[in-house]
Amino acid sequence: MRTRFQQGLDDLRTRLLRMGGLAEQAVDRACQAYIDRDLSRCHLVLEGESQINVAEREIDELAFDLLAMQQPMAVDLRFILAVTKINSDLERVGDQAVNIAERVMDLVELPKVDLPVDIPRMAAAVSAMVRRALESFIEGKAELAQAVLEMDNVVDRMRDEAFIMLVKAMNERPEVTRQALDALLVARNLERVADHATNISEDVIFWVRGADVRHNVGNDVAAQHESTDTH
Amino acid sequence: MGVSIQVDKLNAWFGKTQALYDIDMKVEANHATAVIGPSGCGKSTFVRCLNRMHETIPEARATGRVRIGELDVYNGTSATQIRRRIGMVFQKPNPFPTMSIYDNVAAGLKLNGFRDRHRLDEIVERSLQLSALWDEVKDFLKKKSGASLSGGQQQRLCIARALAVQPQVLLMDEPCSALDPISTGKIEELIFQLKESFTIVIVTHNMQQASRVAEFTGFFLLGKLIEFDKTEKIFTNPSDKRTEDYITGRFG
Repeated sequence: MRTRFQQGLDDLRTRLLRMGGLAEQAVDRACQAYIDRDLSRCHLVLEGESQINVAEREIDELAFDLLAMQQPMAVDLRFILAVTKINSDLERVGDQAVNIAERVMDLVELPKVDLPVDIPRMAAAVSAMVRRALESFIEGKAELAQAVLEMDNVVDRMRDEAFIMLVKAMNERPEVTRQALDALLVARNLERVADHATNISEDVIFWVRGADVRHNVGNDVAAQHESTDTH
Repeated sequence: MGVSIQVDKLNAWFGKTQALYDIDMKVEANHATAVIGPSGCGKSTFVRCLNRMHETIPEARATGRVRIGELDVYNGTSATQIRRRIGMVFQKPNPFPTMSIYDNVAAGLKLNGFRDRHRLDEIVERSLQLSALWDEVKDFLKKKSGASLSGGQQQRLCIARALAVQPQVLLMDEPCSALDPISTGKIEELIFQLKESFTIVIVTHNMQQASRVAEFTGFFLLGKLIEFDKTEKIFTNPSDKRTEDYITGRFG
């Protein structure tokens, strides 16, 4: 057993989980800030971004060291590659949370209006995707990751519906255009967070099963390994 | 040109101890195939069965079928005929210490009664060029002994010696384990070039080396071939848990 190498892998895993927690928290805070028109939560999201950026660099450095110094193979190699990609997706999730917070900061300056869009429902679906994608990583279970992939279509539909309804609202009630535009951008930000959760899930499947299921390719291979998940 | 090797139900023993169990393997012509596994797993015994070196050990025996191209190794072919078709390079370079560089390369041919001096010169030069040693030794071929060369040069000299008899298969039993990284790099580059003309089977403890030079890899454990597949598959996503545990350093 290569103890030092194993310690390095454990360290990488712990750091990525911590970063996952930060990114998940940022999205939840940003969504709650939108729902409550809460500026203090917006500031927390903005302040938290630098922590996520620092974590991203540290994870990349550790992964780079392990690749260079330990020459990992097979499942270990796949794990490290998956971690570097998940790391990048989590950082982007943090960026999307900042974008949402910035929309909210614009929105609180404007009168509150009723809009035909259910952002809280969409936010709940997206948060669940991020949470489950991270759970699939913690558990090393590809079937959990697979379930996240299936949720992405639901969020895409929500985004499309929001787009149609909000454009209609802007046409019918020009006075709500700015609020509707902010809501539209938030819906798009949330949909992008869902895309990152999907990417994370695909990377978990790659790590666990050795199958590349991106762009709907390789799902057959993944299915053949249903019962062979590790960890 | 290299030829393919077909191994069927190969078993080998040292006295009463069985070292190989029912090995089946197809080695592709003009490719490098790596054999990996922990110490004592039977990988060296396996390659030594391919050229009947195994039976030179007292009480050692082998059963099963090995075909080198059209030649049936264990049926109706003499060991000498086999070894003319299969060159072998060992872990520790073993040039003949009292012979010149030239005579080291020419030794196999001279032993076989080859006397054409002009042709012999050509073969020695070609073999040394193939082993990427010619430029380093051409000025003192007959003046210096094989033992005067560095470890890496000695190993390339041994490769030249093996190539001089114009084999179809080259067996390499941990050819770089006694060499520094620069010499190792030269030998690996050489393996890459030699594949065009020979079939190569390389036993190695160095998994990075296997992944660098071989298109196919077989993993041996306790005398059994656990997994045989394209090298890329073995080192990124092996099918057998035991292979994965070995190459990720979880045992062995």
